[in-house]
Amino acid sequence: MPTVSLKRDLLFRALGRTYTDEEFDELCFEFGLELDEITSEKEIISKEQGNEKAQGASDVVLYKIDVPANRYDLLCLEGLVRGLQVFKERIKAPMYKRVMPNGEIQKLIITEETAKIRPYAVAAVLRNIKFTKDRYDSFIELQEKLHQNICRKRALVAIGTHDLDTLSGPFTYTAKKPSDIKFKPLNKTKEYTACELMNIYKTDNHLKHYLHIIENKPLYPVIYDSNGVVLSMPPVINGNHSKITVNTRNIFIECTGTDFTKAKIVLDIIVTTFSEYCENQFTVEAAEVVFPNGKLHTFPELAYRKEMVRADLINKKVGIRETPENLAKLLTRMCLKSEVIGDGNQIEIEIPPTRADIIHACDIIEDAAIAYGYNNIQMTLPKTYTIANQFPLNKLTELLRHDMAAAGFTEALTFALCSQEDIADKLGLHISATKAVLISNPKTAEFQVARTTLLPGLLKTIAANRKMPLPLKLFEISDIVIQDSSRDVGARNYRHLCAVYYNKNPGFEIIHGLLDRIMQLLDVPPGEKKGGYVIKASEGPAFFPGRCAEIFARGQSIGKLGVLHPDVITKFELTMPCSCVEINIEPFL
Amino acid sequence: MADGPVAEVVLQRLEAADGGLDSAELAAELGVEHQTVVGAVKSLQALGEIIEAELRSTKRWELTAEGEEIAREGSHEARVFRSVPPEGLPQSELMRLPSGKVGFSKAMSNKWIRVDKSAADGPRVFRVVDSVEDEVQRRLQLVQGGRAEKLGEKERSELRKRKLLTEVTLKTYWVSKGSAFSTSISKQETELSPEMISSGSWRDRPFKPYNFSAHGVLPDSGHLHPLLKVRTQFRQIFLEMGFTEMPTDNYIESSFWNFDALFQPQQHPARDQHDTFFLRDPAQAQQLPMDYVHRVKRTHSQGGYGSQGYKYNWKLDEARKNLLRTHTTSASARALYRLAQKKPFTAAKYFSIDRVFRNETLDATHLAEFHQIEGVVADHGLTLGHLMGVLREFFTKLGITQLRFKPTYNPYTEPSMEVFSYHQGLKKWVEVGNSGIFRPEMLLPMGLPENVSVIAWGLSLERPTMIKYGINNIRELVGHKVNLQMVYDSPLCRLDAERGPPSTQEAA
Repeated sequence: MPTVSLKRDLLFRALGRTYTDEEFDELCFEFGLELDEITSEKEIISKEQGNEKAQGASDVVLYKIDVPANRYDLLCLEGLVRGLQVFKERIKAPMYKRVMPNGEIQKLIITEETAKIRPYAVAAVLRNIKFTKDRYDSFIELQEKLHQNICRKRALVAIGTHDLDTLSGPFTYTAKKPSDIKFKPLNKTKEYTACELMNIYKTDNHLKHYLHIIENKPLYPVIYDSNGVVLSMPPVINGNHSKITVNTRNIFIECTGTDFTKAKIVLDIIVTTFSEYCENQFTVEAAEVVFPNGKLHTFPELAYRKEMVRADLINKKVGIRETPENLAKLLTRMCLKSEVIGDGNQIEIEIPPTRADIIHACDIIEDAAIAYGYNNIQMTLPKTYTIANQFPLNKLTELLRHDMAAAGFTEALTFALCSQEDIADKLGLHISATKAVLISNPKTAEFQVARTTLLPGLLKTIAANRKMPLPLKLFEISDIVIQDSSRDVGARNYRHLCAVYYNKNPGFEIIHGLLDRIMQLLDVPPGEKKGGYVIKASEGPAFFPGRCAEIFARGQSIGKLGVLHPDVITKFELTMPCSCVEINIEPFL
Repeated sequence: MADGPVAEVVLQRLEAADGGLDSAELAAELGVEHQTVVGAVKSLQALGEIIEAELRSTKRWELTAEGEEIAREGSHEARVFRSVPPEGLPQSELMRLPSGKVGFSKAMSNKWIRVDKSAADGPRVFRVVDSVEDEVQRRLQLVQGGRAEKLGEKERSELRKRKLLTEVTLKTYWVSKGSAFSTSISKQETELSPEMISSGSWRDRPFKPYNFSAHGVLPDSGHLHPLLKVRTQFRQIFLEMGFTEMPTDNYIESSFWNFDALFQPQQHPARDQHDTFFLRDPAQAQQLPMDYVHRVKRTHSQGGYGSQGYKYNWKLDEARKNLLRTHTTSASARALYRLAQKKPFTAAKYFSIDRVFRNETLDATHLAEFHQIEGVVADHGLTLGHLMGVLREFFTKLGITQLRFKPTYNPYTEPSMEVFSYHQGLKKWVEVGNSGIFRPEMLLPMGLPENVSVIAWGLSLERPTMIKYGINNIRELVGHKVNLQMVYDSPLCRLDAERGPPSTQEAA
């Protein structure tokens, strides 16, 4: 969930009133926001770097507000205030208009070289805008928030904003060999080739995260104006030449990306949010984009879409009884201008370009419910009549757990993920013999594989509890994972029961006795005959030679028991003899 | 035991005594070691209320070994004086005497003797006075006689500096009659025996009283893990509410069931390597229900079922990628898909509690795996009010009664609501769960009828357990680093019998 940091006093000035912290928190809650923290720059620096560094930092009160991940229109002061003011019926949602310029329309021509790396671009112009320091900061911050969220850290979309008065169109969006791209990047005084820049930015804490998007590509995307001035090398850096400042009056905005839909949404969000500061409020100057196939598109789209939802559907889905007129009013408060039409039960809803999150009637219904107030909805119980059933495997597990504890064993709860070493090397096996599933992106060795046996977890639990009085008697009933090509995903769980006895003597008879008890509980008689169980001398790398037996029950091998090999004991950093049993309980379902 | 002559004497003396006796004095009177009397007192004490004994410590002056010698034989200086005959003695000879060195200098400073250095055969010692008073010996004898108080502070400290006196602390008992005082003591029985029962001798025997303030001996037993005790309670609550348990015994899931089926777009941040464990082997799910997959693909890329869709290029390869499930909602999706295949539709209530996996940054409250609790109701005409009603009943069973609901965003539910409860301890509203109504874009491609709604909610198992058992670091609860003593000592889990409402929180 993105967090937006706003100056409280600026926010209240924009809202036209002040709130206590509690009142504002309440307003946020109602609207689906969360006032996460009340702080100041000074407090933040002091918390992160100590009091000394915070000396002289601003102590202007900041509200940190969590915004739902799909509400890109609320990611800055301007958008958030507009949303809240409309919600509180203090203003009406503005109508955003695309206008044609008096002179020639700005043009962005996409060449086909971009196809393999970053094929889409959209553009627009904000004409005669008036920034202040705060507005300018907000404009920059909104781009950053969009980059981090909908733009997926610039991978899907990257935004470039330029002082149009320093440039001359038409613009060309193309892709070139990095060595052929040379320009003076933002805030640098000298020209560099793209290759040099990639090196320089490797140590840049902000930009280094975006390099991978183009790094190994033969061609890098780049935008030129008609004089060959570089506007930007998306998604990494803009040129310094067209840099915007507080005094910039005309802004050329380009968004390039791999996701056309999202590029259009991002452009719409930026221009709708900041057209407020244009001389002709809420108007945006169109720009033309020529695609490699010669097709011409005009942006921003600023599309208003009409949806029709029946009032009784809204009432039925939310569980309220409001008149269609009231529902239309509720929706209008959510920036969804609505009116009752037709037979008096139809509501026509206009989805503005700011609300790309509205993709289905259910999104409209949610907004009606929010405006109605979730906490005003009458709670009722559904009349759904059902008979409950337990999942048989879990039912058996629950029963066995209690009787394992009654038999004097204590339940452990260990991780399903572990290192290869735990399930293979330490037990004297090669990883290929375990049939374990392998994780491709573990951050540490602890998460290399899903366990194929419960034993390592129990031995590690003992190792962490060596100070406890002996004997230690532990068990766990949980799932292990084995590759199995007959399953849709190529792997399956097995429910295992494992128990260990750790003492000055191996206590094989105790573990053997526990197995006998488990079989008694499962109503499996001893003996070779059908339905019975036997143990037969066996061997295994984890066991002391001659102290291992395989367990057969109901005609199949279900596991092993025995005294652990001293090498295994040592590898798990233990010092005492230890015996164990591990079985698959699924045959007893 | 308390028999023995000394214990009997103690009781006899005590009967005659006015008030009580001092153990040290009694030892002196009886001419026995103090320890013997103390032993007798202790054994009498063990019998119960026969006597009372109060420990006292007193300070006393005692002679050192050297002090004793001086009290007996006189001070070194006196001994030197006595060994000097009227005609004098060569100094060298005097120095060879046992008390010679110390006694000579003291006798000189007392001006009892003098040295003539001009004598023909070397320095010679002569008496100066005819007789001397041995004050040191007299004072030490006073102390020996138990009358140290007759000496002044200065005199005592001088003797102590000469290492002739020492102050000792003596621990003695002040013994007095107890509430059950008797001079005749008989041996008390500690426990009832089978012989006593058969012979009836228990009727005539006194029994040693029990010490009820002592702890009992804990039984040898096995113990259930606290987190799984809480799991049992949650299962119980769902079963009480008529919910059927879903199979969740498949940690490995395809991206299709984990994300795509839930209408979570393929560029969603949760599908990043940073958040999800993907598999290297087996890397891809080979079998997917292709008819359904095509409907899902169409809904994502073009929309349908009344939806605009996400309008992007949906890739089958991305959907095949295997992973460790990031939520049990993948199992819910499978369950709902199975439900959709059954015609005609029958209403269902499902739940599950099982492990999920996140490739996240670990801290005191986040592990790479945790348990998710999930409840799902599928029926015709379910409303947001129904969801809230079911949540109210569910949380009431957890002992949480004060609820409120906040709009939120979840990729696969719309409307979505976070559940908050008022935490008495923290004096604020805390999030206890997340909920919503599954999106039509998720349900309709499965084949569920259009007027069927599915409400669902989820929370983590760890968070309420940590609060219930007062655990701050999740590693102390889950995994091999758990302290077994904590497992041994953990109480029953009765979620609705809390004093204050337990707080739970979705581990986001």
